[in-house]
Amino acid sequence: MRFQTLLKHPADWMKGSGPHSEIVMTSRVRLARNLRGFSFPGYSPEHQRVELLALARPKVAALPPMKDGFSEEYAGLSKVRKQVLVERHLISREHAARSAGCAVVVNRSQSLSVMINEEDHFRIQGIRPGLDLRSAWQLVDDADSALEAALPYAFDEKLGYLTACPTNLGTGMRASVMLHLPGLVLSDQINPVLKAVGKIGLAVRGLYGEGTEALGNLFQISNQHTLGEKEGEIIAQIEKVIERVVTSEINARQKLLEDNATMLHDQVGRAYAILRYAHVLTSKEALNLLSLLRLGADLDLVPDCDRGLLDLLLLEIQPAHLQFGAGRDLTPDERDALRAEITRTRLQFLVGPANISSTRNPPEAPTSDSHDE
Amino acid sequence: MKCDICENEATVFLTQIINGQMTTVNLCDACSKAKGVTDETGFGLAEAFLSPAPGGGESELVCPACGFTSAQLKKIGRMGCPECYSTFRHSLEGLLKSMHKGTRHVGKAPRHLVARAAATAGIAHLRQALEQAVREERYEDAARLKGEIQSAEAAATKTPEAASPAPPEPFASGA
Repeated sequence: MRFQTLLKHPADWMKGSGPHSEIVMTSRVRLARNLRGFSFPGYSPEHQRVELLALARPKVAALPPMKDGFSEEYAGLSKVRKQVLVERHLISREHAARSAGCAVVVNRSQSLSVMINEEDHFRIQGIRPGLDLRSAWQLVDDADSALEAALPYAFDEKLGYLTACPTNLGTGMRASVMLHLPGLVLSDQINPVLKAVGKIGLAVRGLYGEGTEALGNLFQISNQHTLGEKEGEIIAQIEKVIERVVTSEINARQKLLEDNATMLHDQVGRAYAILRYAHVLTSKEALNLLSLLRLGADLDLVPDCDRGLLDLLLLEIQPAHLQFGAGRDLTPDERDALRAEITRTRLQFLVGPANISSTRNPPEAPTSDSHDE
Repeated sequence: MKCDICENEATVFLTQIINGQMTTVNLCDACSKAKGVTDETGFGLAEAFLSPAPGGGESELVCPACGFTSAQLKKIGRMGCPECYSTFRHSLEGLLKSMHKGTRHVGKAPRHLVARAAATAGIAHLRQALEQAVREERYEDAARLKGEIQSAEAAATKTPEAASPAPPEPFASGA
């Protein structure tokens, strides 16, 4: 499969479907695996990484699910193309920064990707839409079992799969769920919820993983422990926690509708108006406004709004996607203008939120922080 | 000030005094989170990472497979190669305890290793039965068991994959 083909056909998980899809964007599971007899990529000389790549890439590309997939060495991939793959969550930011001896193999439906020579020799990742970690696990488990039959894994009976960083030791598994939590953010309940999640040993991160900001009210929750628990137990625990976060988010949204309808309608209305008519949109502003519009769609404040349209747009307006589409490098100003243009085009037939419904409701008590001057 | 693990600006500063000796650890936000530095575990982390390893601290350890040193391990917090886990096993114990739910892997294992382990356990069981049969002078049973051991050993070395299936996962297939 060529890069253009990969880009033209968005994966099913990018279109806002799956269980709890109004709140859970995606479920991902990744496995860290290494080969015996090779240093870890971060410590190995280039010739060893190249040797491992030559040995491993054909085996990865030959996995049954990788038939007709995309396989490319980083030496042959431009910076923008690598960044496009990062924006699609098919490779990590850390991996994109590397070059010699690195490669990625992606299956045709973009639900399975294998990074070669990331922090570990292999990072096998499966993505499914909505809350569905079990399907994502099934994808990587099958690929892993097929790969282990072809390559000598570094495995220790007591410590499990040996990984470059001891934080991944054991199962080598990181299961993460991307959540859209505007209700909890708008009602100032997000911090206690995230704190509670942190207390039970799960990590909370922003849109693009470790050290990134929680833009667009998107949060990633994942396991931190990898040793001493079975994969199924870890996944079951995360799913249980996520179900509770989902319930909190649903309650927060309902409460906003009941107690703070004016504020909610105002936020959604402004988001719609700016996205429909702005000519300059920064990435951060666009992400945050699209989040509010998605909330409006979820609560039926914006009629007939297809969530899939918004989720695809979210991807399309990322910096590398813009530049790849334009066919050249763009300055930040050019990107902001193009982002606004694409957004206006995609949303041109979107009917706005009902303007009169909120004024027909009984008037609310004025909030203490309103400024009537 | 730079983080002791990576090159980012440090925002978390840990100071510990053990037997009158003061050690300071500087970490950036990401590394402090990655290493699980919280009030409860910070102490264990600093100890495991930056002070001499208990038991093996008298001289610097070097991995015979890749040349990675214990000083590099303390600085980077990552291993040089899979073999490093046995080289630095002793200095890792405290760290793993503070980092994970347990210190022993209980999850998935490569199929051929599971099969081999099962076969080894099976053979050990047969050997016990054989010894008992000999003690009790049940020579017919002993001869039968001897034959079973021989064929089990042959099977274990010849076709490791076919010996026994992987242990059932908590998920039913297709769940």
